[in-house]
Amino acid sequence: MRLKKSLLLLALLSAGAVSQQTIAGDLVIKIGSAAPLTGPQALLGKDNENGVKLAIEEINAAGLTIGKTKAKVELLSEDDQADPRAATIVAQKFVDQQVNGVIGHLNSGATIPASKIYNDAGIVQISPSATAIAYTAQGYKTAFRVMTNDSQQGLALANYAVKNLKAKNIAIIDDRTAYGQGLADEFEKDAKAAGAAIVAREYTNDKAVDFTAIITSIKGKKPDVVFFAGMTPQAAPMMRQIVGLQLKAQFLSADGAKTPEFIKLAGGAAEGAIASSPGVVLEQSANGKAFAAKFEKKFGKIQNYAPYAYEATLTLIEAMKVAGSADPAKYQPFLAKISRNGVLGPIAFDAKGDIKNGAVTLYQVKKGSWVALP
Amino acid sequence: MDIFLQQLINGLVSGSIYAIVALGYTLVYGILRLINFAHGEIVMLGAMIALSVIGLLTDSGLPGLLIVSLGLLCAIPCCMLIGYLIERIAYRPLRHAPSLTPLITAIGVSIVLQNLAMMIWGKEFISFPPLIDVQYFSISEATINSVQIFIVIVSTLMMTGLNYLVNKTKLGNAMRATAQNAEVAGLMGVNANTIISLTFVIGSALAAVAGMMVTMNYNVAHYDMGFMLGLKAFTAAVLGGIGNLRGAMFGGILLGIIESMGAGYLGTLTNGMFGSNYQDVFAFFTLIGVLIFKPSGLLGKAGGERP
Amino acid sequence: MVKKILSAYCKLPYCKVISSLLLGLVLLTLPFITDYALGRIWVRILDFSLLYIMLALGLNIVVGFAGLLDLGFVAFFAVGAYSYAILGSPHLGIHLPTWLLLPIGTVLAGFFGILLGTPTLKLRGDYLAIVTLGFGEIIRIFLNNLNAPYNLTGGPQGINLIDPLNFGGISLSQAGWFPAVYNYYYCFLVFVLLIIFTTHRLQYSRIGRAWVAIREDEIAAQAMGINTRNIKLLAFSMGASFGGLGGGLFAGFQGFVSPESFNLMESVMILCMIVLGGMGHIPGVIFGAIVLTVLPEALRYLGPLQNNVFGKILVDPADLRMLVFGMALILVMLLRPAGLWPSPIRKQEFDEAIEDSND
Repeated sequence: MRLKKSLLLLALLSAGAVSQQTIAGDLVIKIGSAAPLTGPQALLGKDNENGVKLAIEEINAAGLTIGKTKAKVELLSEDDQADPRAATIVAQKFVDQQVNGVIGHLNSGATIPASKIYNDAGIVQISPSATAIAYTAQGYKTAFRVMTNDSQQGLALANYAVKNLKAKNIAIIDDRTAYGQGLADEFEKDAKAAGAAIVAREYTNDKAVDFTAIITSIKGKKPDVVFFAGMTPQAAPMMRQIVGLQLKAQFLSADGAKTPEFIKLAGGAAEGAIASSPGVVLEQSANGKAFAAKFEKKFGKIQNYAPYAYEATLTLIEAMKVAGSADPAKYQPFLAKISRNGVLGPIAFDAKGDIKNGAVTLYQVKKGSWVALP
Repeated sequence: MDIFLQQLINGLVSGSIYAIVALGYTLVYGILRLINFAHGEIVMLGAMIALSVIGLLTDSGLPGLLIVSLGLLCAIPCCMLIGYLIERIAYRPLRHAPSLTPLITAIGVSIVLQNLAMMIWGKEFISFPPLIDVQYFSISEATINSVQIFIVIVSTLMMTGLNYLVNKTKLGNAMRATAQNAEVAGLMGVNANTIISLTFVIGSALAAVAGMMVTMNYNVAHYDMGFMLGLKAFTAAVLGGIGNLRGAMFGGILLGIIESMGAGYLGTLTNGMFGSNYQDVFAFFTLIGVLIFKPSGLLGKAGGERP
Repeated sequence: MVKKILSAYCKLPYCKVISSLLLGLVLLTLPFITDYALGRIWVRILDFSLLYIMLALGLNIVVGFAGLLDLGFVAFFAVGAYSYAILGSPHLGIHLPTWLLLPIGTVLAGFFGILLGTPTLKLRGDYLAIVTLGFGEIIRIFLNNLNAPYNLTGGPQGINLIDPLNFGGISLSQAGWFPAVYNYYYCFLVFVLLIIFTTHRLQYSRIGRAWVAIREDEIAAQAMGINTRNIKLLAFSMGASFGGLGGGLFAGFQGFVSPESFNLMESVMILCMIVLGGMGHIPGVIFGAIVLTVLPEALRYLGPLQNNVFGKILVDPADLRMLVFGMALILVMLLRPAGLWPSPIRKQEFDEAIEDSND
């Protein structure tokens, strides 16, 4: 039982640390950021955390008044390991620390079980990157997201493939994660509805690097477009292998692959690949450009969801400002009705908490960088 | 037919990599009866170290092949040292402990190495710089590239070399003697500790080469890449009969081919019921099937009592 | 000094009764104390510790008692969790009551235990390990893919909005007298005590001794007239059914299951629990399960701790957490190779083995 004692001591020590920081007389707004900071998705998780961090630094630097009291925002960051069970522990920790709002989680699989705990405690949560339809379909008033869900993005991609790329035969690959499967299913449904034939439906997993077998099999079915629903670590080697095996089809993917890493890892093979990303083009708006510049100066390249995490944080604080309160119960109605223009375009939520008519932009790799398609 | 040929090539290339990694497992297992869970991480470290060296030299103007060889030449001794240290620190003190105890330290070592690599090389995926001009060759409709040919040739050479080392040299004799009975081998003047250390060192050198091959072929390296590869390779080693060198090579190549054929034809064979999503299931069912009929693997010695 | 007091205490009349009463009191008030001293997150961690105690005790039957190395134990956990989720959620619109769901999951997992056990009877040691590992992966892959052609498991999306545990019309997820995490604590505690009682009785029964006989020497056990096939299958199915029960409770507690929760690392962690605690020794296994559930969570405080000691954060605490965890695994095994709390007999055997090898 000596262990328990030292644990107690450890916890007390750390509790002391927290209270030390909150001595200042101003109102302290605690924002929780939950994302995987270890494990295979750590890179993306860190990116989300950085997005939240930048937003909070800016808000604090500009000075914040909620109601009539001066306020300071404080970041509490936790690692959910992209694991549903760890996510519930993190959620409980945030509830214990009485955070005023949560930005997270990154994966749908972690977001969904955690959302139940936030909802029970009445804490508002905005996910910057969870796309599963089930997340906002639970009827929780506290669940929001600034990312388009699978059906919004799937529809946009399918329409693009059939109408703009004139695809008749499409091959679909998904990575058997909640994200990949959800998106691929929506894409398949919408592509069929738009009149294309699905000639192959292949699968891989989120740890694979060898896709030669499925690409060879797809090659035999001669598709016009290969759609991959998954993340960059798979998309980039897949792209190389598609080129290597001389499968001549347009490569199409979604936000998981629209990263600078994709171009870096796929090298010359990346040329011509098309991928979508929710929101408007970051570089087209003035504050979008400013955000990108600031972020890159501070943390290096934007990996993927940092702008969404940044935007989610600003939106959350904005709602608090309008409501004149940092109490989730008080500002939640204002958040639900919010309408603001952010770095990724207009932000407003529908009745479920999904982003309203979320724009989806398509990009193509041209001369080694992602260029927005008209 | 062309598709079949292409799948065969795909399987052969990934199988060659499995085989080299599987050799590392089988070498250690043969002598210590220990599943060296950390072996996959040594493969990862080999890739990472080689890439760091290559990254430093990319702009030096040296010819690409020379840079790649230099990277490999640095990775091999580093991995050998790491392998030696792992054995000394985490396994040797536990040589007489119950067999599961070193398994847990092996898992611990694996976690530690992975997280250290994450701290050193960061969370990003590291890409292999375009130093080598990859040539593509066509065999009827199927293609194979120069890197893949290189992988198959090097792994064949290494397997033959290792086979010679273990079966024909004095060192190999000592290794086999230690594997059979360390105490009696000790009486014959074989220093078991030295032999075991050497086994780890050789296995780690193989791992470094395997790591290099993986990054050259797939162009990515990541601190997380070792675990899954290690698992597959271990499966391959068991399939062939663990502790048996030829078994590991055979098992590795077989597993590669099973996987690519499974992914390629499972959908057609089952009329769309099971597709490439059941690729791994197919591999594991084959393994279970083989072990039911040959409980000590395809090339393992039958009736070997292993407490 | 402590020893003296302890031995003096043990000589008191009714000392056993007093100890049990004290222990009971501690167990009953634990959630209140923890919540007060450390926060509600630790009550939730306690809940998970109890869940893992069940799993570890289940695996302990297979690995600790019968000596069969199983690296795919999480498969049974998954079977229990998914059978609860499928039959008790809006997913298929079936809402069976908890008192039916839990036994179904337990029996089904036991059946899967036999399913795994039958083809692997002949295999030993590490061959068995890799086959069980494969079995665990096969179950996970099937769960991940059985959303087509018929959507049975929800695929990678998992199953959401699972009915909470509900006994006699009282839902444990609704805060009644106590907050929900307390309810689950008491519920899990009852099941854990039940499982401890069962395994304890089993250990000293004919079956338990037969398991140990197989572990020590299978051929000799057979020669002594033990039906090794049935006894091994019994070990597999008993262990699996405990895992299945734990899975059902997990599904009801979490309200959401997805294949991500049932990966290989989870099996490895459960195995670590029993080896770290002391294989085959029930108190040791319980201790190991608690340590390995609590440690990663306690290491979350590395950040604030650095802040307190050094005044700033030197190393990213998230990076450090798993590193320290891995080092702890190695260190414990190096310092106490038989586990943190081995059974006295096993420790003795082990010390002898060391002495032998030193001669």
